[in-house]
Amino acid sequence: MDLGTFFVQLLNSVQYGLLLFLVASGLTLIFGIMGVINIAHGSFYMIGAYLAWSLSGAVGNFWLALVVGVALSVALGLVLEWLLINKLYDRDHLYQVLLTYGLILVFEELRAVIWGNDVHAVPVPALLKASIPLTENLSYPVYRLFISAVCLALAGLMYWVIQKTRLGMMIRAGASNREMVQSLGINIGFVYRVVFAVGVALAAFAGMIAAPVSSVFPGMGGQVLIICFVVVVIGGVGSVKGALVAAILIGLIDTFGKVIEVQIGGFSVLPELSGMSVYLLMAVVLLWRPQGIFGKRL
Amino acid sequence: MTGRVGLVAAVVAVLALAALPMVAEKFYVQLVTKILIMAIFAMSLDLLIGYTGLVSFGHAAFYGIAGYALALLSPQYEAASVWTSLPLAIGAAALAALVIGLFVLRTSGIYFIMVTLAFAQMAYFVFHDTKLAGGSDGIYIYVRPVAEIFGWKPFDLENFGHLYYVVLALAVGVFVLLRVVLASLFGRVIAGIRVNEHRMRSLGYPTFRYKLAAFVFAGALAGLAGWLSAVQFGVVNPDFLAWHLSGSVMMMVILGGMGTLVGPAIGAAAMMLAELWLQGLTKHWQLLMGGFIVLVALLLPRGLLGLLTTRGGPTDSTRG
Repeated sequence: MDLGTFFVQLLNSVQYGLLLFLVASGLTLIFGIMGVINIAHGSFYMIGAYLAWSLSGAVGNFWLALVVGVALSVALGLVLEWLLINKLYDRDHLYQVLLTYGLILVFEELRAVIWGNDVHAVPVPALLKASIPLTENLSYPVYRLFISAVCLALAGLMYWVIQKTRLGMMIRAGASNREMVQSLGINIGFVYRVVFAVGVALAAFAGMIAAPVSSVFPGMGGQVLIICFVVVVIGGVGSVKGALVAAILIGLIDTFGKVIEVQIGGFSVLPELSGMSVYLLMAVVLLWRPQGIFGKRL
Repeated sequence: MTGRVGLVAAVVAVLALAALPMVAEKFYVQLVTKILIMAIFAMSLDLLIGYTGLVSFGHAAFYGIAGYALALLSPQYEAASVWTSLPLAIGAAALAALVIGLFVLRTSGIYFIMVTLAFAQMAYFVFHDTKLAGGSDGIYIYVRPVAEIFGWKPFDLENFGHLYYVVLALAVGVFVLLRVVLASLFGRVIAGIRVNEHRMRSLGYPTFRYKLAAFVFAGALAGLAGWLSAVQFGVVNPDFLAWHLSGSVMMMVILGGMGTLVGPAIGAAAMMLAELWLQGLTKHWQLLMGGFIVLVALLLPRGLLGLLTTRGGPTDSTRG
């Protein structure tokens, strides 16, 4: 692998990792703050991608589709929390898994009813269609850089909101002691509803901006969910910083696992087994730190 | 469902099941065979979820590994032997459970749920992505294993009636075995771990080893179910290890009533009949199934059996 290819793959890994971070951060926030394990989180990513595809087709403008899509996914999050999720706060994780597993089936089938089972491509918006030439025959698409930049900006925004604002203070307080915060006159039910809706919107937004590079297909939710679990386990449940580090790590391992060829005793190990590489990383982290790199409790 | 009433109900149920092939058509006998296999699978998961308090979301891995073990042990167009392939398949599932258990049992709670799912997914990729066993298409088992001992054939698995009775006997056997194990000291210890692991540890029990033993035992029983499924369908593919199967078997356990053994068996029957019924209603039956699962999670935490009895499965307050 020459330096140019290496550099392109490095950018790809970071972009993939940052996108994973966006999905995983919602998952880890919802668990860390509300104590709910949300198996249906990957479905929101899938819904986002399909929204980007159908809305940009309908309104003819990717940017407008993004705005409408985010509004719709926030609404979906608010309704879901109000209707179902708030009944799960005091329940065992088992029922949280079961209920959100039921939601996956509902969302997948609704997707089949509304949008069908075909694979779709979403065109890259005209504004960002260009590529930056790196060497004579290598170039890098601007849109991928845009994804990375947006994800980084959102990560920064999230850090600022959680650490520096009044709402962030309420969120952090609500995570450590729900009753106490409530008795101090803060409407914790409302805070939780907002957090859930933001988590849904983050996953859906990730799906929307990923749609032009990854295409839109039926099984995409499940795939992303399980990788996000690995991200959360490696980073530590509830830790947004951990999710960022773990997501980038997984981006690197997954991307380079697919392009490096390794043979042991005549058997092709990579890229053949690249699907397993991230799970092996998880196994190593579990041996070293079962609570994840930045995890506290256990 | 304890004591004499339970015993009478169990005997009646087994007799009714034994009489089924005499009155029912082939389709129904095969359907009940499938249900009984799932009942074994669901009971094995109940040992973890309902009795030990370990919410495993990757139980399909052991089911699938045993199914694949049979496929890989069967020479093409020839039969494997029941007496070698069954122990080897169960052994493969138990070994996988031992290795995975050593990792996943280092965690608990929500981590355990996510990590079991992730490891099962890793097993899925081993069979899905490599050429080891037919990739995403899976492998056909053209000839079912034979049960010959020194020229004598006690039963023939190519015959759907024989297969039915073998599965019924094994399902009853697994039920009785689990009852005996749960009534033993081992059963008391894992129940203690479910309620309060710290207390059990301070009483001097090596809780990790007990949990690992339960995990391996449950994996081995799931392997039995996987071997039987592979025999019945004559094919294995990566769906045998897919996380949807782990989700459905968890649903069976809770729908019937976890921590009861009878419940998961009832749950397996209810789920599979509901599936069959919904599939007849609409092409989009998954939508209704998903809605049904949501309702069960919200309204029926103790399952169908919880409707009948006031005692029974562990309730939320006793779970750690």
